Amino acid sequence: MILKALFNFLIFPGFLFMVLFGLFLTWIDRKVTARIQWRKGPPIYQPYADALKLLLKETLVPNGAPKFLFLFSPLLGLVGVIIAGVILLSSQFSFTGDLIVIIYLFALPPIAIIIGGSSSKNPLSAVGASREMTLYFGYELPFLLALLVPVIKSGSIKISQILLYQENFGPILYSLSGVLAFIIALFSVQAKLGFVPFDIPEAEQEIMAGPLLEYSGVSLLFFKLMRAALLFLLPIFLIILFWGGIKTPWVILKFLFILVLLILLKNTNPRLRIDQALKFFWIILGLLGVVAVILAFNRL
Amino acid sequence: MKDLRVWGLKKSPWVFHVAAASCNNCDIEILDVLTPRFDVERFGIVLVGSPRHADALLVTGVLNRKSLPRVLRVYEQTPKPCLVIAVGTCACDCHMFKDSYNVVGPYDRHLPVDVYIPGCPPKPEAIIAGVVKALSKL
Ligand code: SF4
Repeated sequence: MILKALFNFLIFPGFLFMVLFGLFLTWIDRKVTARIQWRKGPPIYQPYADALKLLLKETLVPNGAPKFLFLFSPLLGLVGVIIAGVILLSSQFSFTGDLIVIIYLFALPPIAIIIGGSSSKNPLSAVGASREMTLYFGYELPFLLALLVPVIKSGSIKISQILLYQENFGPILYSLSGVLAFIIALFSVQAKLGFVPFDIPEAEQEIMAGPLLEYSGVSLLFFKLMRAALLFLLPIFLIILFWGGIKTPWVILKFLFILVLLILLKNTNPRLRIDQALKFFWIILGLLGVVAVILAFNRL
Repeated sequence: MKDLRVWGLKKSPWVFHVAAASCNNCDIEILDVLTPRFDVERFGIVLVGSPRHADALLVTGVLNRKSLPRVLRVYEQTPKPCLVIAVGTCACDCHMFKDSYNVVGPYDRHLPVDVYIPGCPPKPEAIIAGVVKALSKL
């Protein structure tokens, strides 16, 4: 039992699988970006070479920064994502996962970035951390409203119940409220991944790398792996909630569709300011979310 | 272990651009190198915004009394192993400023420089060739 849990957590569908696959997805991201810019792009082993290099480099802690917090926060984020992934993927088969747990676990990466940014004793990191916090409050409201739609439709917060409902009555996406909720969730996922219109906390041209500015070596690697695992997990999460689960082979096409949509969104938009992003999420997407919830109550 | 480290460094050199009082021309050539036209991401080269993430420092300009402590500080902040690449004649041997009262000499008097890329400013092709030579030397 314990061995099986360890296997689930460390190898499949846990740490090793998610990280290796996530790194592959970051390669797809970079390659598609390169092709859009009419370039050739990096070779397929590029993300693995990056990871290996970071693993073998020196890890520095800035002078005067709280060592434990600084080094612990990347680990916190990574572990949170991995646990969320194990629960999500095994809920397909046996575990009766609960949506609330997943929401809390998905809150860990931004919290890790906020802690890491504010503990690195760098003014630019602090600015990045505060922006991350604002952005988190921004996208979480419409995201929760969007998640309410499958919950209302299936009448349960258990992921297995939501999946069962979709097996009987067809995917939630194929209804008016489902489409609205999916679009809202897609924008929130874009922000959760820190992709371009919402990469405000890391705005390279203004505050360099934001909260990750002082990280180097292994601790930076953990943040990169966290992002990679999220890139794998969040589209899967959307498919499970809105598009009928991941049991059929169609899931690969669905996954690629969502991924390429995210990458295109990333490459065709300029960065928003933090107040613009907040307005976008709270007013436009928030109202859309309310509409979606009302529609869901009326079984549309 | 050492081979792996060298391989990682060779295949993914992230560069940080240290502009220490250059006339800005070398800086612009470096930006040229990073445009889609030359596509250095093919070799895994990425421009990063923080010395903490860097594997190679591209130093430009003539080193003077004001910029020396800053350049040394950036070098200390970079996690080792890291390369130092001197771009432009100014960085290699002080160029026409060598007799100025304020100049404290070329970079290799203060830092271990791995590659010299002369030119005023060097062409983007020359910079790429220099970096490739440095990487194959590792
Ligand atoms: S080498 Fe020439 S172009 Fe480069 S900084 Fe010196 S004077 Fe300017």
